[in-house]
Amino acid sequence: MTSFFQSLGLPYEGAWLISTIVGILVIALPLMLAVAMIIYADRKIWAAMALRKGPNVVGPFGLLQSFADGLKVFLQETIIPSAANRALFLIAPIITFTVALMAWAVIPFQAGVVLADINVGLLYILAISSLGVYGVILAGWASNSKYPFFSAIRASAQMISYEVSIGFVLICVVLWAGSFNLSTIVWTQKGYYGFLNGNGFNPLLFPMSIVFLISSMAETARAPFDLTEAESELVAGYQTEYSSMAFALYWLGEYANVILMCALNALLFWGGWLPPLDIGFLYWVPGIIWLFAKILFFFFVFSWVKATVPRYRYDQLMRLGWKIFLPLSLAFVVIVSGFLMLTRYGGAS
Amino acid sequence: MIAHLVKSFTLWEFVKAHWLTLKYFFKPKATINYPYEKNPISPRFRGEHALRRYPNGEERCIACKLCEAICPAQAITIEAQPREDGSRRTTRYDIDMTKCIYCGFCQEACPVDAIVEGPNFEFATETREELLYDKTKLLANGDKWERALAANLAADAPYR
Repeated sequence: MTSFFQSLGLPYEGAWLISTIVGILVIALPLMLAVAMIIYADRKIWAAMALRKGPNVVGPFGLLQSFADGLKVFLQETIIPSAANRALFLIAPIITFTVALMAWAVIPFQAGVVLADINVGLLYILAISSLGVYGVILAGWASNSKYPFFSAIRASAQMISYEVSIGFVLICVVLWAGSFNLSTIVWTQKGYYGFLNGNGFNPLLFPMSIVFLISSMAETARAPFDLTEAESELVAGYQTEYSSMAFALYWLGEYANVILMCALNALLFWGGWLPPLDIGFLYWVPGIIWLFAKILFFFFVFSWVKATVPRYRYDQLMRLGWKIFLPLSLAFVVIVSGFLMLTRYGGAS
Repeated sequence: MIAHLVKSFTLWEFVKAHWLTLKYFFKPKATINYPYEKNPISPRFRGEHALRRYPNGEERCIACKLCEAICPAQAITIEAQPREDGSRRTTRYDIDMTKCIYCGFCQEACPVDAIVEGPNFEFATETREELLYDKTKLLANGDKWERALAANLAADAPYR
């Protein structure tokens, strides 16, 4: 795109700046729309599994429900508790929201269609998703209220615990692909056994894909692991004192994170923009549609789990993270690297 | 032991639970689409109050004040006076709907089936004062719902 703006007579720097801004808008605005629709989908799926109908009044089939909710929230008063730390209180939701959007910079939507094709894309995502916890901690601290504070403590412990196992899972994938670049990782998933696309079909990486799926639910504090906003104990967790747009920013950021994690599941383990089967005519469908289909599938799984599994107790959550996922993913790092040593890099000789 | 290990590592319980919820996902839904669809209600349903009349237009209430006496929430206020023709009638019959607990004792106490609780439950108001019903409002309710009230009383009569 830079060269297109250069052809309009702009110098390289100006053309780069404009094309980057356009790229950011092209990703961020549809993402906001996608978040609104995915909240609607979440409520519909959840309702259907509880034998309810879900939102069906606003617009055809209730499709505009999220926009009605957004408008309602937008018109409300922003309440800042008098005991709160005003600056941090207002910065916290902005951090959550911004960080949730930032990670999308390195997600490849199709072969070559990526805003920042950096060679440490996966490290970047790890770093950004670790930053996300600051929004929650600051909210809990700045609210100066006991439930948000408990929630912030829980959230920080939970996110950090699961980031450890996510890190090891990612190392398995990186070892196999030999690169931190997400596009390269997707290309290396082409043609398992000659006809399958996706690391998930690799018996050495399949268990890791399950661990990653579950960890990503914990990382985004989704249903079975939503202890940070366990309404029966913590009212609404770190969001308790928030209202109006600040609350909406949390809501948007949370779901943008969920979609991001779905996209990562699709990219790292199930072939990203590649069709699931490595057959010629499937490549006629544009890659971005395959990626979106996979993201939607994983989002369905997220909602499905939310509708099925009751919330974990906090010690169970920690046990799963530290005593099951961590040893398991560590073991698979050893197994995968050992396997690669013996086969790809001619280890024993 | 081995069976337990296999079960926990294949997440067997989770797979089973998710299969169950997936089946429910495709089942017909139980939701009543409320303002457009309504559940059937029993003839004994205790909703909004009404004061009934005889077919000739004479009001049924004889101002015996049994309903006022039995009302556990003390929501009913009655004042009575002889009318010009000498019959005893109420000059005031108020029900404070914000106090009423819809127990139905008033209609059970009534010897002439004058005060009854009808099938209407959609009488929400925007102000509190609108819920302080007076005799005019109650008689108007009786005129409005008479067919339904009479049908319900007839349906329930064999069991009284």
